Amino acid sequence: MNADKVLDAKGLACPMPIVKTRKAIKEIEAGQILEVQTTDKGAKSDLTAWAKSTGHELLDSNEENDVFTFWIKKG
Amino acid sequence: MSERKTTNIILFSGDYDKAMAAYIIANGAAAYDHDVTIFHTFWGLNALRKEEMVPVKKGFMEKMFGGMMPRGADKLGLSNMNFMGMGPKMIKGVMKKHNAMPLPDLIDMAREQEINLVACTMTMDLLGLHKDELLEEIEYAGVAAYLADAENGNVNLFI
Repeated sequence: MNADKVLDAKGLACPMPIVKTRKAIKEIEAGQILEVQTTDKGAKSDLTAWAKSTGHELLDSNEENDVFTFWIKKG
Repeated sequence: MSERKTTNIILFSGDYDKAMAAYIIANGAAAYDHDVTIFHTFWGLNALRKEEMVPVKKGFMEKMFGGMMPRGADKLGLSNMNFMGMGPKMIKGVMKKHNAMPLPDLIDMAREQEINLVACTMTMDLLGLHKDELLEEIEYAGVAAYLADAENGNVNLFI
């Protein structure tokens, strides 16, 4: 998936992936896509809940070699 | 009135682990675009103390309290397994390994995210803490200010 911005949050622990994701999403326009890479095991639940509650759309996610990648469309 | 949701946390405890939990939730709530306030009272005030000794005029009891209480976030003990101060050293090592943010960094992050840090003035008097001994640019308030925030709040926690 083509992302407009990529956030590398690998190695960061709670709450930093969410804090950084929020910062990154502020820097893109509505409709653009942010790719977030993280190694935090709670990230899947966290980012799903966060996107829902803050009005963004989690388009897709995948896990590969312990790295979780998420694509979030700014609402 | 803003349409934003609010999170209000009372930090009563002066334990490193409990303060960490409070600040992690606060930073997370700020990332949820909540207006966040941490109201520090009693032992929680010690998280806002400056690390250095600040010369202020104090009575005997105030001096005793001031000397016995931890000076600043990094000096707080653990609520469990403190082991006379060895516990915090051990957990800080483990935190480093897992890339968890130490409490002083969480407080810096909270300020960066414009979380309101409030010191309860009544308990400051009880513990003999003066404004000069606490971090700069925090707010000072009492129970009414907390209730005004909390009555319309979405998340309210007492830690």
